[in-house]
Amino acid sequence: MPTSEDYKGQVPAWCPGCGNFQILSTIKQALVELGIEPWEVLLVSGIGQSGKLPHYMKCHTFNGLHGRTLPVATAAKLANHPLHVIAVAGDGDCYGEGGNHFLHAIRKNPNITLFVHDNQIYGLTKGQASPTTARGTHTKIQPYGVPSEPLNPLAMAISLDCSFVARGFAGNQEHLKELMKAAITHKGFSLLDILQPCVTFNKVNTFKWYRDRVYKLEEEYDPYNRVKAFERSLEWGDKIPNGIFYKNDKETLEEMVPTIRKEPLVRQKFSIEAVKHEIEKFY
Amino acid sequence: MFLDYTLRIGGEAGQGLQTIGGALAKIFSRTGYHVFTHQDYMSMVRGGHNFYQIRFSDQKVSAYRDMVDILLALDLNTIEIHKKSVRDDGFVLYDSETIKKKFEGPEFIDVPFKKIALDVGKSSIMANTVATGAVLGLFDLGLERLKEILKSAFKKKGAEIIEKNIACAKAGYDYVLSNCPRCEAVEIREPEEKKLMLIDGIQAIGMGALMSGCKFYSAYPMTPSTGILNYLASKAEEFGLVVEQAEDEISAINMAIGASFAGVRAMTGSSGGGFALMVEGLSLAGITETPIVIAEIQRPGPATGLPTRTEQADLLFILYAGHGEFPKVVFEPGTPEQAFYLTNRAFELAEKYQIPVFIQSDQYLGDTEWTFENFDVEHLIYNDYRLREKDLEGVEEYKRYKYSDTGISLLAVPGESGKHLVVADSDEHDEEGHIIEDAETRIKMVRKRLLKKMPLIKKEIEAPLLYGDPSPEIVLVGHGSTYGVMKEVVDILSKDRKIAMMHFSQIYPLSERDRFDYIELLEKAKLAISIENNAMGQFAKLIRAETGFEFTHQILKYDGRPFTIENLKEEVDAYL
Ligand SMILES: Cc1ncc(C[n+]2csc(CCOP(=O)(O)OP(=O)(O)O)c2C)c(N)n1
Ligand code: SF4
Ligand SMILES: [Mg+2]
Repeated sequence: MPTSEDYKGQVPAWCPGCGNFQILSTIKQALVELGIEPWEVLLVSGIGQSGKLPHYMKCHTFNGLHGRTLPVATAAKLANHPLHVIAVAGDGDCYGEGGNHFLHAIRKNPNITLFVHDNQIYGLTKGQASPTTARGTHTKIQPYGVPSEPLNPLAMAISLDCSFVARGFAGNQEHLKELMKAAITHKGFSLLDILQPCVTFNKVNTFKWYRDRVYKLEEEYDPYNRVKAFERSLEWGDKIPNGIFYKNDKETLEEMVPTIRKEPLVRQKFSIEAVKHEIEKFY
Repeated sequence: MFLDYTLRIGGEAGQGLQTIGGALAKIFSRTGYHVFTHQDYMSMVRGGHNFYQIRFSDQKVSAYRDMVDILLALDLNTIEIHKKSVRDDGFVLYDSETIKKKFEGPEFIDVPFKKIALDVGKSSIMANTVATGAVLGLFDLGLERLKEILKSAFKKKGAEIIEKNIACAKAGYDYVLSNCPRCEAVEIREPEEKKLMLIDGIQAIGMGALMSGCKFYSAYPMTPSTGILNYLASKAEEFGLVVEQAEDEISAINMAIGASFAGVRAMTGSSGGGFALMVEGLSLAGITETPIVIAEIQRPGPATGLPTRTEQADLLFILYAGHGEFPKVVFEPGTPEQAFYLTNRAFELAEKYQIPVFIQSDQYLGDTEWTFENFDVEHLIYNDYRLREKDLEGVEEYKRYKYSDTGISLLAVPGESGKHLVVADSDEHDEEGHIIEDAETRIKMVRKRLLKKMPLIKKEIEAPLLYGDPSPEIVLVGHGSTYGVMKEVVDILSKDRKIAMMHFSQIYPLSERDRFDYIELLEKAKLAISIENNAMGQFAKLIRAETGFEFTHQILKYDGRPFTIENLKEEVDAYL
């Protein structure tokens, strides 16, 4: 069985007190509790504070471009589906720069997991507005206040019939761990949006701000009711629900591709003998 | 004189030009004629004016002519546009009832395509089959091969439809036989060798990828590259490929990189505009040392440009694409045969050196069909450079970017390599793949992935092809799709001049000059003319930048159309 030590990577270069530390330690715990070994996991990240997370762990890693985690993760899963493919992204990374990929990855439904470190700000580039920054927030670039409506990732995902939609809070590690485990084990595209305080650049959405507002969805809440899920996903403000909002157990992308039903693509040996007769089709 | 006929079929989009042209081209190639087909189409699905041209001969043919022997006109527009290109002893086949105009003159053969289709097949849909039969009747080539084609084309529709189509073809054939006394003068010899393969550039790239063990292809549709996507998708289930239509080209290249990282040979393709969106991803392949093959099938730009036409104007863009410095290789085939083998070579070099390799081509080569006796699969290379399971048994500690004399580090497959971990990073990284910022590691990594690999890669590149006089006074220099037309012009002019073609199909890096000093040859020639399908002479610029040789003469064409034999010869003549 793996231990947390097996997943130990480099020393993080995040600001002291950053919510990313909790996310990092919770991912490790979740993987350990699920009995998943480091060589069975591929972490795909982009660029941003979240993008560095794989370096602070130890497992297969592809730290690619800002915004482009999901195409890499989707294709890696198609090519090598025995791997647990987990994408970690920032709110700017995934909902802004890579917004189109977010929409279409949900539609394709590969069996991968997406953790979004949602700090409602651009951390790495020092405090610009992100797609989830509240309207009216003052930043260096928007001294008169952010003019756009914030994007609601959960409502958007539910409207696209995403296979698994959840929200957690970095400050509630126990709950977050359960959500991570549920997301990793769920078959289909799983979105877990994680409220992550950025202590340096987001002076509004602090640990205290979130703690005062977050609460768990009720025990009897039914995540299979899409309309209800959509309604609950719209709750934001004084009260912010956490938990699994929506689930739809549907066929995954890998299951829809006949080529890889029997054997992972990566294990299918190539032989020229098998294909060479294709030339005859041109006579 | 050798036999050399050109048949042009013109009409609107949606009238079935491709079906008629495709069937006739197959009939000629199956009979054993050398065939060269070319398509000229507008960017519309209905209407406009398009044509499909077939040149067939008992000698090898590799370009198209302006002048035609037979014009098959499916609409009035075709006659109005192309009448002037019909030779004096040529023919125009048309149906005066359909186009509502009657033409006088010995070249016009009025065949009631529609009426015959209604009388014999009880449906006007079969008018195209009548027309196809009529063309064959003109040559009195027999109907056997057309019957084969009709049988397989209408297999799903049942025996009755097949019979009706065959009857329509025969009626068209017989009509021309008995109503065209002039046709008797058409002399046509049956060629000796039988059955040649007929393939276009796009199919050759697709088949090259398939036969190189490509397992993953992701792309976003864009003319004229979409054919690769179509070809590979049609083979995916049978041969175990995953073909993904990505949401955009940014995704397409990142997917190819993700699949390759995860352990399979991967490729993406687009045209200039789509490739422009891939450029950051290209650079990602560069720093992460992920092998990928990219097909860039050019059309004229800028921006949307002329979507269905041809140009060689992305050469310098491709060469300089990607921020930062990393090695890449660019191939630009001149024939479908070269496209097939170079695609194979692209995979070999991509995998061996862990770099991005380009197959650069254009609409012209992509859509032209050529005949060949065979492609020899024995010449294909397949080396699996990726390490799995047993390959890594002796390795104590695996580092994805371990320094080495060649700059090449072991490429392990994640999850298939025991407990070894594979870490790749778009940030500058250390040997293990973790993010760094120190100057010393940076220098070592640049040396490893760029400076050490480049000279080795350059050694892999083959010299340009010299065709014609071995010590020429006149040299026509070109790259990629101008191969065929340059070759034919050299054939014509070599009767009374010391002339040769120098053709580059491996254009970057340029080959070393120790085996064949092609620059010396150009310097010795009295006249070296650079020929390109663009306005800036981009290849000439590359040659100058890399070797210092400057062309004093250039022939540039940038009207979105390929060179024809007549117009290239005329331009070359002007310099002689
Ligand atoms: C193509 C591209 N554009 C811009 C950047 C610069 N950049 C890096 S991270 C980032 C935003 C980071 O915000 P977010 O994704 O929310 O991550 P965080 O740092 O907050 O975790 C930007 C704009 C980049 N690396 N690449
Ligand atoms: S800038 Fe914000 S998100 Fe980035 S490490 Fe510091 S606190 Fe964390
Ligand atoms: Mg952020």
